[in-house]
Amino acid sequence: MRKKLLRIEEIFFKLLMILSLAIVVLVLSIIVYTIFKKGLPSLSWEMISQTPKGGYYFGKGGGILNAIVGSVYLAFGATLLAIIIGIPVSLLLNIHLKKFKRLVDSIRGFFDLLCGIPSIVYGAFGFTIMIFLGIKASLLAGIITIALLILPIMINAMDAVLKNVPTGLLQASMSLGANKSQTAFIVYLRQCSSAIITAIIISFGRAIGDTAAVLFTTGYTDNIPSSLLQPSATLPLSIFFQLSSPIPEVQNRAYASAAILTIIILIISLISRVLSGKYNKHKIS
Amino acid sequence: MYFLRREKVSSIIMYFFLGLALVIPIVLVIGLFIKSNGVFDNNSISDLLFSTVWKPYQGKYGFGAFIFNSVLVTMLSALMAVPVCILAAVYLTYYTKSIYLKIFQPIIDILAGIPSIIYGVWGVLIVVPVISKYVAPFFHYESTGYSVFTGGVILAIMIIPFILNILIEIFKSISKELPEASIALGATQWQTIKYVVMRKAFTGIVSSVVFGLSRAFGETIAVLMVVGNVTQLPGNIFQPGYPLPSLIANNFGELMAIPGYESALMFAAVILFFIVMFFNIAARLLITRYENSVLS
Repeated sequence: MRKKLLRIEEIFFKLLMILSLAIVVLVLSIIVYTIFKKGLPSLSWEMISQTPKGGYYFGKGGGILNAIVGSVYLAFGATLLAIIIGIPVSLLLNIHLKKFKRLVDSIRGFFDLLCGIPSIVYGAFGFTIMIFLGIKASLLAGIITIALLILPIMINAMDAVLKNVPTGLLQASMSLGANKSQTAFIVYLRQCSSAIITAIIISFGRAIGDTAAVLFTTGYTDNIPSSLLQPSATLPLSIFFQLSSPIPEVQNRAYASAAILTIIILIISLISRVLSGKYNKHKIS
Repeated sequence: MYFLRREKVSSIIMYFFLGLALVIPIVLVIGLFIKSNGVFDNNSISDLLFSTVWKPYQGKYGFGAFIFNSVLVTMLSALMAVPVCILAAVYLTYYTKSIYLKIFQPIIDILAGIPSIIYGVWGVLIVVPVISKYVAPFFHYESTGYSVFTGGVILAIMIIPFILNILIEIFKSISKELPEASIALGATQWQTIKYVVMRKAFTGIVSSVVFGLSRAFGETIAVLMVVGNVTQLPGNIFQPGYPLPSLIANNFGELMAIPGYESALMFAAVILFFIVMFFNIAARLLITRYENSVLS
């Protein structure tokens, strides 16, 4: 009898586990399916090749080129800024400061904590520096805010790779007469290049998809920005605004914009997967 | 390259960037503090945190209702997400071959990478109608679908990949000897999980949940789109609510109209920051303790 109960319990929980896993897979499929099913019918060449015309938000012609270009500018700018700071910092932590383990660990803990700050807090902060510096909502303000948001994420991802490179590589390079900076930027960077590019691409994905941080910093406009000091539309915000319209055609375009964003994110995740596979192939251990 | 050959020059530049990366976040917090100072002029700290009186035109800012809504939405999401995550993680690490983990990992990663606006759009399209038509009537409530519960569902889906990833790492880190010994003694697989693995992993599981809570607490756009945004203490979970991040996001546009409103919203950001940091530090302490217990 007891044995039978145990058996039933075993099977019951096993079924629950399979169910849980099925929920995870099902939810992803439903999300992607819904977005594509609703979005793809309204997706047209006009939508991705034109900026909004007069009356666009009442269902007239035009597209969301302004938002696509704006988002790409914003994400590229922010990623570039984060790379400039992020690569030296993560190399420094793993090569120059390798001996000071406790210091490096506490800096890592600090960046870990920063990853947890919600993007809306970054948005609020970006807004205050904007006011403080006297600049209006602009591409530049958005780039700085998003760069701050993705910097800890990027450093964490790079650090996770660099810290697993065996010390032998550093010793070999130093014994050949290279100094630490050369070892860092020439040897380590090349050895981990595909993993570092993965980290950069993941950060780019975060940058292009974030809404809360650009809500007050980047502004919104129907034109493609021609300088850093102009406001710019972004894809997530354009989805948000179009969706809040009561007109069905505009809502359909919101779904189409959501489909575009989803496609971008799926491509990014595909590339990063391919690259990290490549890194694991050439990994030294 | 020249600047690399001169190690002193290049490392000074690198240290400068490190300094920058460390100082800016601290400036962020101090800046938020200074900006939110004005809110203390006619509100005491206990009013701010616990009062539910929200009258911007009279300068009265009680964040009680918003904090309550945030906590409610976060708790609901954890209640839904945590069991699913634990069961799925156990299944992937103990019941299947490692090849399955390789198949499911990309799915988890894609879920984690989807921007919150997409979750929001999906929530409006699917979750809101389902809740107003089926779920709320099932429990004999009337609901428009824009409710605290909907927010909880969306948040749960958003934090599942996040918690799941941490849990998989945690279950992987437990040495195989202990469960094997238990099975050798005649315990079933599930008994082993229940009495050996769960006990060993307990601190780790708690920390993953706390991480999930902190993530859920700060999530803005997706929740804002489905939660209804009505300033009230909801009577039941199928009524609309108004969490803290939504408050900030919704009101920034009009802050020039009312003096003192800006510092109130900045104070909301400060509250948000401290709650999330508290969760994060707690989770980190737990996970360090867990790592030590696994290693020893």
